[in-house]
Amino acid sequence: MDSAARPELAQVWHWLSQVPDPEIPVITLTDLGIIRDVAWEDDTLVVTVTPTYSGCPATTVINLDIEKALRDHGVTKLRLDRRLSPPWTTDWITAEAREKLRVYGIAPPVDGTAADGRLLGRAARLAGTSNLVIACPRCGSTQTEKVSQFGSTPCKASYRCADCLEPFDYFKCI
Amino acid sequence: MATAVPAVDPAAYFEWLQRVGDNALILGHRVSEWCGHSPVLEEDIALANTALDLIGQCQLWLGLAGEVEGKGRNADALAYLRDAAQFRNVLLVERPNGDFGNTLMRQFLFDAWHHALLGALKSSSDPRVAEIAAKADKEVAYHLERSADLVIALGDGTEESHARMQKALNGLWAYTGELFLGDAVDEAIAQAAIAPLPQTLHAAWEATVTSVLTEATLTIPGKVWQHGVSGAGGGKRGVHSEHLGYILAEMQFLQRAYPGGTW
Repeated sequence: MDSAARPELAQVWHWLSQVPDPEIPVITLTDLGIIRDVAWEDDTLVVTVTPTYSGCPATTVINLDIEKALRDHGVTKLRLDRRLSPPWTTDWITAEAREKLRVYGIAPPVDGTAADGRLLGRAARLAGTSNLVIACPRCGSTQTEKVSQFGSTPCKASYRCADCLEPFDYFKCI
Repeated sequence: MATAVPAVDPAAYFEWLQRVGDNALILGHRVSEWCGHSPVLEEDIALANTALDLIGQCQLWLGLAGEVEGKGRNADALAYLRDAAQFRNVLLVERPNGDFGNTLMRQFLFDAWHHALLGALKSSSDPRVAEIAAKADKEVAYHLERSADLVIALGDGTEESHARMQKALNGLWAYTGELFLGDAVDEAIAQAAIAPLPQTLHAAWEATVTSVLTEATLTIPGKVWQHGVSGAGGGKRGVHSEHLGYILAEMQFLQRAYPGGTW
């Protein structure tokens, strides 16, 4: 591709905003906030991606999906760079994506409730002062309880609603 | 991004990175052995996810180790093609799983240390170490919260679960000393401000462990003989228990039988 035919970066961002997350196809890669940068280096398109969790098996699939999407749009010279810092946080998930998650049946992350390793979570729960109120994505009830810290993927926890009795995933804050 | 690499003996740095990476790799493998065998589905999934985090972290650490070594070995080459004596993990992480309680106790004792270590590594003089630590620490905070919760639930649970957790604690306590053992490699790394000396992490670990074990109504063992600390043995020095060989036999089989095999 000669430089005159380099697509605008805004166009590239738009293409990437159409690529679904392989595990949670209702949201896209840009919704998740894992595309950190898009730039041209001469005639090579460089896409910088940050992993969600270190061991997330979707990372490889995500890279393949990005490559496929951009090649389908005619980008031939392409490089994917990994960027670890700053580490990915659920704070980067867009407001629109949070609503999409909820409609899909996954409770969106409640910001500021990430585990901090100081075991305050437990102390706060015992004292009844925990700010971790997870609303059921199905009926909206806040009478919910954690079943397990880890759900069907590393980024989710398993919860149960005490009102409508449905189990659901919570996209946990990190 | 320009990377300022601290002045340090590359051999010592490679050695230290293998220690950090191998702890994550071997514990990750051990925990993955539970896949399909846990008491309930939710715990099965939680253990598998913990293993996945650790193996992901190990890829980052061993990837950096290969880069520092400069001999063209990547994380896979280090994980699959070194023999037992080249592994640098502490003996604690190669302990057999035992029952579910024993697995969770081992995880908790490790997580409390791991979280303290990663917290300190976030301000490492090597930005490559600091960024891996910042990433891993967020994951490990969840590991610690979960293992602490379960140690408390089981310790302060039924007579049976309490007895099992106390037995697990008594059995594993003699493997915790090695986490805080420092040697010439650690001195060189601390000198370069890449990581603190292992013994400096003890106070934070002890505070976490004491508060959780007390809430779990468990009795903390007193001073006991510590494996890998006295004498010339110990995983940090590459002198392992027989268990590591069995782990490697399973983990490395495919690459040994079909060199370079991919799918």
